[in-house]
Amino acid sequence: MSTLDARRTGSRLTFRQKLANFDYKASPYLYISPFFLMFAVLGLFPIIYTVNVSLYNWDLLKGQGDFVGLDNYVTTLTDPFFWNAFGNTISIFLLSAVPQLIIATVIAAVLDQAIRASTFWRMSILLPYIAAPVAVAVIFTQIFNQFGGPITGAMEALGLEPIRWGFDPFPSHVAIATMVNWRWTGYNALILLAAMQAIPRDIYESASLDGAGRARRFWSITIPMIRPTMIFVIITSTIGGLQIFTEPKLFDGQSNGGSNRQFQTIVLYLYEMAFPRRDFGRAAATAWILFLIIILVGLINYAISRTIASQDIKRNIRLPKRAAVNANGARR
Amino acid sequence: MTTTLSPKSGSHLHIPTTEERAVKKRKARFYDKPGWLTYGLLGAFFLGAVFPLWWSFVMASRQASDINAVPPVVIPGPNFLENVVKAFQTVDFAKALINSIIISGTIAVAVVFFSTLAGYAFAKLGFKGRDPLMIAVIATMAIPTQLGIIPLFMLVSELKLTNTLGAVIIPGLVSAFGVFFMRQYLVDVIPDELIEAARVDGASMWGTFWHVALPAARPAMAVLGLFMFMAAWTDFLWPLLVLGPKNPSVQTALAALNASGGHTPDYSMVLAGAIISIIPLLILFLFAGKQLIAGIMSGAVKG
Repeated sequence: MSTLDARRTGSRLTFRQKLANFDYKASPYLYISPFFLMFAVLGLFPIIYTVNVSLYNWDLLKGQGDFVGLDNYVTTLTDPFFWNAFGNTISIFLLSAVPQLIIATVIAAVLDQAIRASTFWRMSILLPYIAAPVAVAVIFTQIFNQFGGPITGAMEALGLEPIRWGFDPFPSHVAIATMVNWRWTGYNALILLAAMQAIPRDIYESASLDGAGRARRFWSITIPMIRPTMIFVIITSTIGGLQIFTEPKLFDGQSNGGSNRQFQTIVLYLYEMAFPRRDFGRAAATAWILFLIIILVGLINYAISRTIASQDIKRNIRLPKRAAVNANGARR
Repeated sequence: MTTTLSPKSGSHLHIPTTEERAVKKRKARFYDKPGWLTYGLLGAFFLGAVFPLWWSFVMASRQASDINAVPPVVIPGPNFLENVVKAFQTVDFAKALINSIIISGTIAVAVVFFSTLAGYAFAKLGFKGRDPLMIAVIATMAIPTQLGIIPLFMLVSELKLTNTLGAVIIPGLVSAFGVFFMRQYLVDVIPDELIEAARVDGASMWGTFWHVALPAARPAMAVLGLFMFMAAWTDFLWPLLVLGPKNPSVQTALAALNASGGHTPDYSMVLAGAIISIIPLLILFLFAGKQLIAGIMSGAVKG
């Protein structure tokens, strides 16, 4: 008998039926509760409690001190070192996000053909992903070794002035962005490839019958069709990119972002506040400022991508539609 | 009892019928024919991906001064084992490897179990508040939980977990992404009729989960486990904060090795350490790379 009938008969339920009824109603909550309980304690609570910590003088060893209101925020926002870290983070983020998206799209487009041994090529572009950021940083620190190393050696051989990768701000940002790009480009290329493979092939066929060449098909069909996935890739790389820590931390293992903080990022600044300086209040305030920056940049990203997307649809959407009609006509 | 019934749609290794194959072939015609440029580009990507790793291995098998060689060294030398031994003597890599296997394995198993349980409830069971709660799960995926590290650190110190593996394992036990991932998979894979049938036949809710949902979920569980293992293995910031040098993870051990020589470390030994840290995942990748690729690509379409 279904539980519905059982419920109608009310008090005449057997114990077994009551138990089954309870089982039916309570089980879903039981199944989702481990996630929500643990997330509440280990994910949500720390983020919210960060606000509390940020309003006090709070020392790593001595613990909670005086209530200082928004002082920690004011001190952080007027600290030139914070704005230095902010600038470095944005610079490294742009140097990694932009080339990464372009190269990943190119790789995806190359893989989105009837190539031989496609699994082999896919695995080879994903290979860097299995190297942890620490290992990537260790390896590229030596590749960008300014006192030797393959790049400096090659430049010397060509008679060029060696670049001071570890000392000058911009070159150090390039080196750190290269680490991020090397690890993530293949991963993002596979995501974009999946989006490309979801495009119905007849659209390409019809466009081709209408005389659209390869480049035209790429710009007018592929790019507009994978735009939602591109936005997804951009948003996720924003959230990750603004929290970059491991690569700049290890690029100079002795300091927290270079001898002149030339590649100190916001999370490294947070780390320096919290641990070497033991100022948990300042670190917590920095965490919340970073949180707001991430949301802000995410929204800006979203708005820009949407504007570009809608403009593109206005320009391009007619081509695939007309082509589809033609294709149907041709088949008939 | 229908509970022993194994759902047909549970297999992710979809074997195409002749008809499907014909459709695929017809579709394949409209792919661009790759030319020499395609294979040239693929070759360049391949070199770009492999060269840094290969060069590291080559350096790890030679002596530190070879780092200055022009053109860069590309042929391995005889010193690999010697450099590995040096790395093991400088930091406790043996303990680090065991620790990382325990940490990553526990996190992978726990996340897969809790995510399958919750994902199944969200995908296939009706209950009050299901949709708002699912939206809450999706929203939490976008929150950078890393930013709660200050209170989390205080919590872990309060519980006297600092320097123990528990400090790394406990915050990793659940994942919003995991719940979302399993829900997306199970929604399509288990027919509602099958769950209804099991219930009509008198199976308990747990019995239905165990005998119907779990077998169907297995392929996605494997992929999620792989992702979680890798994420835990490669994590650095949190282990750096809570694990001391005497109880390192692979990543904190490698960072310590990197810092061991000041500004002029023994490059060959450091890069040998980097290779050691990569090898376990490399082995995993060689066996399960296809599933990893399928996981990344399926997440994109659904996400």
